[in-house]
Amino acid sequence: MKQQIIVSGIGGQGVLFLTRVIAQIAVNRNLPVLTSETHGMAQRGGSVLSCIKVGDFASPLIRQGQGDLGLFLWDANLDVHRGLLKPDGAGVINSRTEGTDICLDATSMARELGNAVLTNLILLGAAVNNQVIFCDKQECEEAIRQLAPARFVEQNIAAFHLGLEA
Amino acid sequence: MDENSNIELLMGNEAMACGLIEAGCQVVAAYPGTPSTEILQAVADRHGEAREALHVEWSVNEKIAFEVALAASYTGKRSAAIMKQVGLNVAADPFMRSAYLGIKGGMLTIVADDPGPHSSQNEQDTRLFCLQGRVPVFDPASPAEAKELIPLALELGEKYEMLTVLRPATRICHSRQSIERMETTSLARRADFRRDPSRWAATPAFLPRLHRELNTKLEAFATEDAIQPRKIGGDGRYPRSAIVASGIVYSHLVDLLEELDLSGSIDLFQVVVPYPLNPAWIEQLKRDYNRVMVAEETYPVIEMQLYHPGAFGKHSGDIVKEGELTPDVLHIALSHFLSLPATAPAPEENRGQRPSLCPGCGHRSAFYSIKKVFPKGIFPSDIGCYTLGINLKAVDTVHCMGACISQGAGFYQSYVQDHEDDFPTVVVTIGDSTFFHSGITALINAVIQRARIIVVILDNAITAMTGGQPVPHTGITATGAETKAISIEPLVKASGVEFLECCDPYDNQRFEELLRAADAHIRSPQGSVAVLIARHGCMMQPGIRQQQPNHTISITDACIACRRCVDAFECPALSMDTENGIAIVDQDRCIGCGTCIPVCPIAAIKGE
Repeated sequence: MKQQIIVSGIGGQGVLFLTRVIAQIAVNRNLPVLTSETHGMAQRGGSVLSCIKVGDFASPLIRQGQGDLGLFLWDANLDVHRGLLKPDGAGVINSRTEGTDICLDATSMARELGNAVLTNLILLGAAVNNQVIFCDKQECEEAIRQLAPARFVEQNIAAFHLGLEA
Repeated sequence: MDENSNIELLMGNEAMACGLIEAGCQVVAAYPGTPSTEILQAVADRHGEAREALHVEWSVNEKIAFEVALAASYTGKRSAAIMKQVGLNVAADPFMRSAYLGIKGGMLTIVADDPGPHSSQNEQDTRLFCLQGRVPVFDPASPAEAKELIPLALELGEKYEMLTVLRPATRICHSRQSIERMETTSLARRADFRRDPSRWAATPAFLPRLHRELNTKLEAFATEDAIQPRKIGGDGRYPRSAIVASGIVYSHLVDLLEELDLSGSIDLFQVVVPYPLNPAWIEQLKRDYNRVMVAEETYPVIEMQLYHPGAFGKHSGDIVKEGELTPDVLHIALSHFLSLPATAPAPEENRGQRPSLCPGCGHRSAFYSIKKVFPKGIFPSDIGCYTLGINLKAVDTVHCMGACISQGAGFYQSYVQDHEDDFPTVVVTIGDSTFFHSGITALINAVIQRARIIVVILDNAITAMTGGQPVPHTGITATGAETKAISIEPLVKASGVEFLECCDPYDNQRFEELLRAADAHIRSPQGSVAVLIARHGCMMQPGIRQQQPNHTISITDACIACRRCVDAFECPALSMDTENGIAIVDQDRCIGCGTCIPVCPIAAIKGE
């Protein structure tokens, strides 16, 4: 099993949390995993990108045109990061407009749950629902329960389920 | 028991912290700086895992961190100093001398480089710094290897009584990997400083001997088995050609060769210790290969030492010299070297959305007022979140930690020569942590040189840019224990400043009055440096938002689309709805601080 995943968004959207959840799923399944993340100045509302490489890899970075899946929390980043995906790579995109990829208005859904930052797990749910990510529902829930702060666990699971049903 | 129970998903910085604890380090000191910050943070978070006493500190700056760790090593204990690459410039003075004097207990200096750069003021290469300083340097290719190299670097350092450096790049520090945890070592060492003034206080008379010993030790170090370049042999498809790589670039190459179906096609060397290199290996490369591609970040440190006639690298001009050596850039270089089909040009650099000060950040209010009161002022600033004041056009220069006060004084001295009474108002902005790091000495200098400048200390009571490390005036240590709090005001007064005021920049009116009063002070006959403390807690810190009023912000149809709130105030929660010609509020990002309300010239921004 090998899968190269990007998570693209802006600082404050929970890109790092989603990255950790996906990487933890790989660890739980005893798969080797490497991530690379954006920290520092860009986290103050600038574009941020995480790469997640599940399987036998050495480098944490993804080359142009090599990504299998992209989770886009901020659709304006498509211009910047879409090129990292293979031509037939899957995109799950938080967007109010339709496109050729899997598009859903995850921010509006998250707002209904009470917090726009839940967009991240809604996209994860949509990726599982569309079978474009290596892991299944139970594995995601397990990792979310491991990593989310106790008082947010149920809200996070609810967001993930909302994405699953979208 | 699960055979993988010792496997943890760790960020490179956390992995290195675990490595320091497992290796029995007892004194660890750092100053925060991206990409190195989380190392000491993780040592502090995990200090309970140590089997012996472990002192962890956020030092006031990198020089101090280095010197604290150095003396710990003199007592025979293991220690570490941690900083980002430009932090080593601050610690350069003790670092350079330590090469000659050496150490006792293993002392590792971890210096995180930032090729790109992603979050730094330059792309300097710590390996070159080590070559100049004559200090062995380890260059890990993965988070797991960064951790593995720590005990080796400490052991060899102790064997030769030499300082050693571990140089992770951003892609090591901020990558996560599943990593095996090891037993934590208990060395049972007692502090035992042995006097030897000819070494620890070496005067020039002793230095030629120490220098000679250093050179001899370096020659022996270079031949240690454990640090020799690691070779993966090729199948002969590319005879008399080889690739030499170090650090994270080696890992990019491994994946790239795999993706191009070229794994095992060419002799590939991983250099783990780029300095000192074994002369026998350098000779071997000259003897066995006509062409050698050298892939390294950021400067051609290995390539220059190889002095190979068939080198293909940055020094030879074959690989791009600037920026990160990403897999895409590497692909282009490899294609040239191996005459592979031409690749698409590397994508143009596009950093996407620029970062901004957070909604509600007190710095934004301070910058807005400064620019408003002094539209023609000169604005030196410094390193931190507040560098983003550049978006509000209230930051003109950013150089290095603490430079803004001295630069402000330099601007003043130059202008006042031409216009004794009509010099521009220089308003310096410096964060609280930067002020402690290296602003205080600059302030004393500005006062004794009678620089008529305004210094605004932006005090949010935290080192914010790096994720919230404690500062000296909050009285909290790295491990959360209470300590003496050092207030800013008495320090400023003791530096000879006669105009000192403090205010919350959310109160624009008061802050602007104080700015005007400060300007009057610097222009008065006895005027000198005026200091204003703009004090408001950081929005990223728990509890700060809950302590302040929370408005529901809306913008009425009266909006005249002047863009002042979007451009001059630059809150990321405000943007223009170009279709309807009015400013709009993004309620997901607005925190209801209300600081935008007084910015609107026609009072169209309402807060309930």
